[in-house]
Amino acid sequence: MVYTQSPLAIGLFITFVCFVLGLSFYLARRTSSAEGYYAAGGNIHWFTNGIAFAGDYLSAASFLGICGMIATAGYDGWMYSIGYLAGWVVALFLVAEPMKRLGKYTFTDALDSKFNSKSIQLCAAISTLLVSVFYLIPQMVGAGVLVQPLLGLPHWVGVCIVGVVVTIIVATAGMASTTYVQFFKGALLLIMSTVVVISVLTRGLSTAPENNGQPYHDFKSMTATANLEISEPGYSVVAGLDSAFAEAGFVKLANDGKESIWQLNKTDDGYTLEETLYVTEMADGTKLFNGSAKEEGAFFPVGHVKELRMDGQEVAATGAVGPLAYLSALKDSTIVLWGKKYIMDGANKLTVYYQKPTPGSRVLRPGLKFKVDNATGTQTFNFVSLMLALFCGTAALPHILIRYYTVPSQAAARKSTIVAIAAIGFFYILTLFLGMGAMTNGVINLTDNNMSAPLLALSFGVVLFAVISSLAFATVLGTVSGLIVAASGAVAHDLMDNFLGMNMSDTAKVRAGKIAAIVVGCIAIYLGIVFEGMNVSFLVGWAFAVAASANLPAILMLLFWSKTTGKGIAASIIVGLFTSLGLILISPDMWVRYGLLPQDAPISFNSPALISIPASIIALVVVSLMTQKDVPIVASESAGA
Amino acid sequence: MGHGPAVKLGKDNAAAYKTKLGVSMFIVYTIVYAIFVGINATKPKAMENIVMGQTAAVLWGFGLIAFALVLAVIYNHLCTKAEVKFNS
Repeated sequence: MVYTQSPLAIGLFITFVCFVLGLSFYLARRTSSAEGYYAAGGNIHWFTNGIAFAGDYLSAASFLGICGMIATAGYDGWMYSIGYLAGWVVALFLVAEPMKRLGKYTFTDALDSKFNSKSIQLCAAISTLLVSVFYLIPQMVGAGVLVQPLLGLPHWVGVCIVGVVVTIIVATAGMASTTYVQFFKGALLLIMSTVVVISVLTRGLSTAPENNGQPYHDFKSMTATANLEISEPGYSVVAGLDSAFAEAGFVKLANDGKESIWQLNKTDDGYTLEETLYVTEMADGTKLFNGSAKEEGAFFPVGHVKELRMDGQEVAATGAVGPLAYLSALKDSTIVLWGKKYIMDGANKLTVYYQKPTPGSRVLRPGLKFKVDNATGTQTFNFVSLMLALFCGTAALPHILIRYYTVPSQAAARKSTIVAIAAIGFFYILTLFLGMGAMTNGVINLTDNNMSAPLLALSFGVVLFAVISSLAFATVLGTVSGLIVAASGAVAHDLMDNFLGMNMSDTAKVRAGKIAAIVVGCIAIYLGIVFEGMNVSFLVGWAFAVAASANLPAILMLLFWSKTTGKGIAASIIVGLFTSLGLILISPDMWVRYGLLPQDAPISFNSPALISIPASIIALVVVSLMTQKDVPIVASESAGA
Repeated sequence: MGHGPAVKLGKDNAAAYKTKLGVSMFIVYTIVYAIFVGINATKPKAMENIVMGQTAAVLWGFGLIAFALVLAVIYNHLCTKAEVKFNS
């Protein structure tokens, strides 16, 4: 797709960046102590903190990734929303108040509160750093993806802008500025997403979707005889039934010297041919889109309803509908989804996108992305393992856990989590309508579905697109800020002050945190550039699996098993961290990234949580039982305490 | 050492009650979530059944999100009551 830059979008983006920088410099004057820098003084109001939680949590993966996944895979994308939200139940019922009670600046403080153990300080700090960096990479890559349509700048410039702005935000005022930036961003994201959803419902469904005044491309259908004589005049066969194209279910035709690829569907007396979209990657790396350069705009946005039914009647458009009527009409209709196949055409690699008319009721239930229908044991294992990682990951993310130290009391920690559940739950309901709206409004860019939500907004006009795109960029800014605070806390507070015993003064601790933030920011910029083109959701999945495996068993066993020892916690973190990382590195998905065949990978599943979480718990239990003489004689945090 | 809360916290006599309540509610939600994952993993076609005009999958999704919020509000109400009772 070809994007046109909007001066309004650029203006809004610059305004927002100036606003957050101004806020940071203002708050910096009040941030001289370590409490101020790492925990915003511990006096943030619970409602503000709750919305800031939402701002932290609704990262590029939620806003861009989930909407894009729903737009192309329906309900399976929404499963991420459900899993992410369920994770907050773990945070509220098990983690929120004890974390507030036990910790000071970082989650390492809470883990180490009973033990004063060097091994816990080192292991937990390493875990915080690794999880934060894994979470940082997709955010930075997301920034690079966004900056192209927004500002017309290359990927690396977007990564640098985010890196520099965020490092300034964090290095000036730490958690205070991060909290207020997250609060504004979280609130604006909820409001503007609601506006887009109301616009989607007001427009309703149609078989000929509007796209900001541009007509939807009319995908052609033709018939052919069994010998491939085409019904439409002017078309000639370039690669027919005896070619590699036909083996994959396609033929290549030419019309007026322009080549096109068509999907073959066998009928009783020949074939029907359906128009496809395709990307050609030539040996020298040049890419053509539908046979033309990208700038020619021949690669059309897609997404439409083929047969629209409402209240049992086939209609051309529904008009304005309520949310339940919208989903009900989708369920009764036939929606055109898009499949993808690869074909080698000489030295050229072709990616062919073809139409897959699918009943709406099938789209609105699981199974289009996850292999759950007639699944093998491994496929079921993969699915359950992913849902476990989503459920357990939230309450173990360092940048989420440190937000419990910004409020004044345990009750405030609890209440802010409830506000977060309400705000995030509401947003995740909106994602279903945003995703399904993109799926049926002709806005999906098949080569990059991450842009589905902003492009849906563009179909309602450039103003909404400008606001949504700036917000999407702000989403990245906010989440990266929180992650850099968490990572800098791990370096300055956990490693330098506690583990190395440098006994720094308050001022030195803040200075160390700021220097750490700058270093981590530079690393994030580098990784964001190196990982260009890598799937955002894939990397976020890593972060969740690693956090759930390394951190959550340690937190929960500390709270609920009185025989837990410091060495047991350290063992649990190390086993969880390296088991999950190791399994990811030898998974079939990684084998593809190494340029190898996925079936040659040593293991046949991609999601490690179902193995690495139990392994982490077993390590904790075994090592704790072996080191019982180390159990501290202090009041337990368990229920019976 | 730098451990301990960033702000001074008073003694919370309701902590044990709140912990028990939290664990109970966590178990309830986890069972419901596990059933949802189990149905999706073993009988995904059942999620296509139409209930109250929507697919069962959509109702399960809305239900799980709403259930989390309802449990959270009940939990907060009971915790606040316990804090008033035990800490005053």
